[in-house]
Amino acid sequence: MKFEEIVHRCFRCGYCKFTSDYADFNCPSYRKFGFETYSPGGRMWLIRGWLNQEIKNSERFQEILFSCATCSNCVEHCVFTFGEDLVNIFIAAREELVNQGIIPPPVRDYLKSIRTHGNPYKEPAAERGKWAEGTAVEPFDGQPYLFYVGCVGSYDERGKKIARSVADLLLKGGLSFGILGPREPCDGNEVRALGEAGLSEYMAGENIALFKELGIKKIIVLDPHAYNAFRQDYPKVGGELEPSHYTQILAPLIQEGKIPLKEYKATVTYHDPCYLGRHNKEYEAPRKILSAIPGIKLVEMDQNRENAFCCGGGGGNFFTDILGGGEDSPSRIRVRKALDTGAQIIAVACPQCAKMLDDAVKAENLTDRLEVLDVSEIVGRALA
Amino acid sequence: MKDMFGALAEVVGESYVSNQPEETYFYARDPGLMPPREPDYVVVPKTVEEVQKIVKLAAKEKIPLVPMGAGMALTGLIIPLKGGIVMDMKRMNRILEVNERARYALVEGGTSQGLLKSYLEKNHPRLRHSIPDSPATATIASNVMIHGQGRLTQQYGFNSDMVSGLEVVLPSGEICKIGSCAVSPHWFSKGAPFPDLSGLFLGWFGATGIITKVAVKLYPRKKMRDVEIFVTDREDLVPEIVFELTHTEMVEDINVFSQPRPMIFKDNHHTTLFITGDTDEELEFKRKLVWHSLDRFIKSKDGGFMGVPPVLKPTILDSPQRSVCRFADVKRGGGFEYSGPIILVEKYPECARKTMELATKYDLAYSAMARIIGRGHCMMFGFAFTFNRADSDMMERTRKALHEVSEYALSAGGVFWKPTVNEQRMALAKMDPHTRNLMKMIKENLDPHGIMNPGNWEVA
Repeated sequence: MKFEEIVHRCFRCGYCKFTSDYADFNCPSYRKFGFETYSPGGRMWLIRGWLNQEIKNSERFQEILFSCATCSNCVEHCVFTFGEDLVNIFIAAREELVNQGIIPPPVRDYLKSIRTHGNPYKEPAAERGKWAEGTAVEPFDGQPYLFYVGCVGSYDERGKKIARSVADLLLKGGLSFGILGPREPCDGNEVRALGEAGLSEYMAGENIALFKELGIKKIIVLDPHAYNAFRQDYPKVGGELEPSHYTQILAPLIQEGKIPLKEYKATVTYHDPCYLGRHNKEYEAPRKILSAIPGIKLVEMDQNRENAFCCGGGGGNFFTDILGGGEDSPSRIRVRKALDTGAQIIAVACPQCAKMLDDAVKAENLTDRLEVLDVSEIVGRALA
Repeated sequence: MKDMFGALAEVVGESYVSNQPEETYFYARDPGLMPPREPDYVVVPKTVEEVQKIVKLAAKEKIPLVPMGAGMALTGLIIPLKGGIVMDMKRMNRILEVNERARYALVEGGTSQGLLKSYLEKNHPRLRHSIPDSPATATIASNVMIHGQGRLTQQYGFNSDMVSGLEVVLPSGEICKIGSCAVSPHWFSKGAPFPDLSGLFLGWFGATGIITKVAVKLYPRKKMRDVEIFVTDREDLVPEIVFELTHTEMVEDINVFSQPRPMIFKDNHHTTLFITGDTDEELEFKRKLVWHSLDRFIKSKDGGFMGVPPVLKPTILDSPQRSVCRFADVKRGGGFEYSGPIILVEKYPECARKTMELATKYDLAYSAMARIIGRGHCMMFGFAFTFNRADSDMMERTRKALHEVSEYALSAGGVFWKPTVNEQRMALAKMDPHTRNLMKMIKENLDPHGIMNPGNWEVA
């Protein structure tokens, strides 16, 4: 197994579970399941036990490995030098399980769907660009930017709304961009996170070739998960792209007055998506946008920026739902934290977070008190 | 009972009880060197009522029950030596009350050191508790259960001396309040002016009951905090240095360390002293008194204050000191363990030499660290050795070195802190027989079926 030489070095001190000020345990799966085995240290010790053949690959072992949301809180707070590889180690262990073919059914189904359909929704590629119907968004034809929406933005109803919302603002800002529509491929971020290294590398290679063929370099990305793949993974296999998360494009457009705004009064708390925040260190662009809207009062949850608590959708859990269900599910914990701030709106910058938190608001019976909106949707309400 | 799993699941819900190999594997171990022993069940309760029901169940079925905090004692105290149920307390982590004027905090039995620290900093910035340098996950209840020490130990004694009340589930399942809280709504004293019953539980490692609530005294948190390090290459002078420093009554905490790496530390003994103040004047006043208290060592050229590089200060001032854990990775191996006898400060030179002798004998990397307890009343001397968890030979050498430490410490008049089972046996064998019988009587009366953390503090 990759990183096998590191696994025994975990002291299981538990700093990885915390926020930096120790205000709360911040590992989503540990919060959900409550056993040490579901914490980063627990995984390290179990992986070692499994490598030493002291424990077997069981359903429980799979649940422990695949419930990791790859949120990178442990990487942020581990006190050891090898801490930077903690998530990579968990993914490497998943790879071994995938190679053995003994994985949880939802993971198997997700990977099968990607292989067969090119997306997790088992939808035809022809449907991929339908979110843009009725808008002024054009197919990509050599414009300076590609707007890449990803699988969730293409097929999920909530994701499609957000894709339209972002596209509308990009158009209003006068940006020249196009979409690939039916030719848009899956980015493969979750394929990699779920341990299908071969498939994700293949997808990256294919996508890089496609982008090269079409002359695409600058990409505006809707989903932080795709942003992560383009920014962190593709360069390792030759991808020379210039990806930006859409908030990084909108923030300067708004600051330059290219998207004029009127007053919109609301108290808003911003939820940092892990793949935009901890994985790629972009904490400020979404906040700049929200702060630029007259009438918005931006309040922070205790766990924000590098200490943000994951919604539980990362690492493929958005699709496999291993972390979902029950009042200790990360998304419900997060929603309760948002409520504590007095905010009326939870702002998100990720379609996966939007859906996770939307569902959690419903499960908590808070629909009359909390609304989950993408940053772009809030800007949409404030358009002059 | 045929279906213990079902019975436990009825109490805590199926999600919070396990007899799966993954949990029994993990909870069979702590990060130290003691051999593993698997529990039959692991249970994670949320309320004192759940704890109570589990204890009653265990008592009825005569199944061993081991309460667990973060499991960071390193000496195997949470390893279920006779199987049974491990009760992970960390879901019980609410801060129930902070009485700012009476300066105490009441927390649930699984509350971590880190959580209380964070809560106080945010909500009561003029208050603090005596936080140990164990990882922030360590729980307050288990720390006082092992008579831990912390940042305020030089001023106020063991952290268990700072307890101001307990709620305990007895082995019978009854809930018992200890201290002023037994007759008052306020948790300001663990015993006085009544008989102090806290001694029936503190130091017993859960062998007499499970702490479900603990109140700890809080102390003033000053706005500023700084550190000075006095260095000498003469270990024989350290007890005198400590005596002078404690005489000033100006110091928050005093630690003495000696280690071979990095080179700058080799062959020297570093007395690290922390000072605090609300104003620059207060801080400088204390600093001057501290400096002058050690004038004679400077004049005799036996030592001096080292300049603490600004880059190093945050690491030293960190509380808890996260860098302590990094000792576990010196050998790229994820392990360290120390024997930390409580012993007279005058034994520092012997202890320091013994550490180096054993490190050489067993070819181990070491760190020697003393934390002063009270105004020099005693110290915890940590003979710490780091090992590579993937190197069984190194682990065995570390075990041997620590065993020699145990023998030495007892012969030097020390008593074991958070002793392993073997050290407990050594201590009981040497103990005054009347004291030993008293311990036996207490244990047998409180826990007649011997279900509570069995193997620990067992008088044959």
